[in-house]
Amino acid sequence: MIPRPFEYHLPRTLPEAIALLNQHGETAKLLAGGHSLLPMMKLRFAEPDHLIDLGKLTELKGIREAGNEIRIGAMTTESELIRSDLLQSRCPLIVEGARQISDPQVRYRGTLGGDISHGDPGNDHPALMIALDAAFVLLSDHGERVVPADGFFLGTYMTLLEPGEIMTEIRIPMPEAGTGWCYAKLKRKTGDFATAAAAVTLRMSGAVVADVRIALTNVAQTAVRAVDAEQALRGKPFGEAAIAEAARLAMTVCEPVADLRGDVEYKTAMAGEMTRRALVIAYSRAIH
Amino acid sequence: MNKKIMVSFKLNGKETDVVVEARELLIHTLREKCLHTGPHIGCETSHCGACTVDFDGMSVKSCTILTVQAEGAEVLTVEGLAQGGELHALQEGFMQEHGLQCGFCTPGMLMRAYRLLQENPDPNEEEIRYWMAGNLCRCTGYQNIVKAVQYAARKLRGETVETSHPLMTADSH
Repeated sequence: MIPRPFEYHLPRTLPEAIALLNQHGETAKLLAGGHSLLPMMKLRFAEPDHLIDLGKLTELKGIREAGNEIRIGAMTTESELIRSDLLQSRCPLIVEGARQISDPQVRYRGTLGGDISHGDPGNDHPALMIALDAAFVLLSDHGERVVPADGFFLGTYMTLLEPGEIMTEIRIPMPEAGTGWCYAKLKRKTGDFATAAAAVTLRMSGAVVADVRIALTNVAQTAVRAVDAEQALRGKPFGEAAIAEAARLAMTVCEPVADLRGDVEYKTAMAGEMTRRALVIAYSRAIH
Repeated sequence: MNKKIMVSFKLNGKETDVVVEARELLIHTLREKCLHTGPHIGCETSHCGACTVDFDGMSVKSCTILTVQAEGAEVLTVEGLAQGGELHALQEGFMQEHGLQCGFCTPGMLMRAYRLLQENPDPNEEEIRYWMAGNLCRCTGYQNIVKAVQYAARKLRGETVETSHPLMTADSH
């Protein structure tokens, strides 16, 4: 319950935050919503000497349309995602995903950028971002770089984020009108991390799958894209046999860790089942 | 690193100054320094919601907020719900509908429901259960908490309210 002592910093500008991060190096952690970091500090799994609170950087907040993209500030909270009219109408997969993350109190604080940067395979946004083909803007005193979600997650709690970098924005290509979507999450109870979950976006062209993206949550060291499953569907008619084959192929990318949520076989089977359900629902929402 | 920081915030409408270490959690400040011991601690993993307070228009778990983050904030605890000795509709609802037994989760439940009813003045049962999911209760089985929130919602909307308790309704006399 009691974190180790640390020094608290409240930068008022992004350059100030970057300078603090460079000054304190590995001994510093960025504080966003605090709903992964503080719990780890309370259990003394994390013991940073410096916390750099991004809470006053209003430029890291907000959801807007920019050209053919939706741009979301990294400090935008789950609660703000759920309430966004823009996301509800143009990118409802994020809303459906965020509604299944944790609970109301946590969603008032936890942020999109924090959920992604944490790199926990249990978190939901990594798979959602891969399914949406998102990209992340990373800022350091060398400038900005933009990296795709697919490839960002390197391992458990490990991402492409380098020391001295801050994730400032999440960019999502505007889903084409008529795109189907679904986030199917199996969990033991409200607020739990997934036993297995699947994020799907699906575009139909008549009876044929024009494009599909499938990403899985909490069934490997990182969120994973089920490339073979996608490949098996693309350009083919959508039906029972195709769905079953895609679910089988999705299971082949699974390397879950056995824990209280179940053993390897159960989680793998559930990843297949969540893929199947997400595909069926995404299809029902797609315009053919 | 253990240096103390002065933090000023509004607690139930009153300007409040506290001096804390950066690592001090808001729940500890509220309970130990401000002596507002209504908010409780039921876990150390941010699940139970017994520590829920209203914080700048949000329901937050005060065990997962640093007191230094409350600088300039408006914080409302259960102690600030009743006005002039008159119970808030939610407090009345929890009493009339038997929405509490041991009372340990109740301050957090009340503060969460307080924000919920501002955001959705007429929630159905499913909505109440979904939007109260950050608060655990060991005693009630939640049924009567749902009724208590519905009671308060009706009263706050200006409708006539009557307890659903079988021994207290008119036709059982």
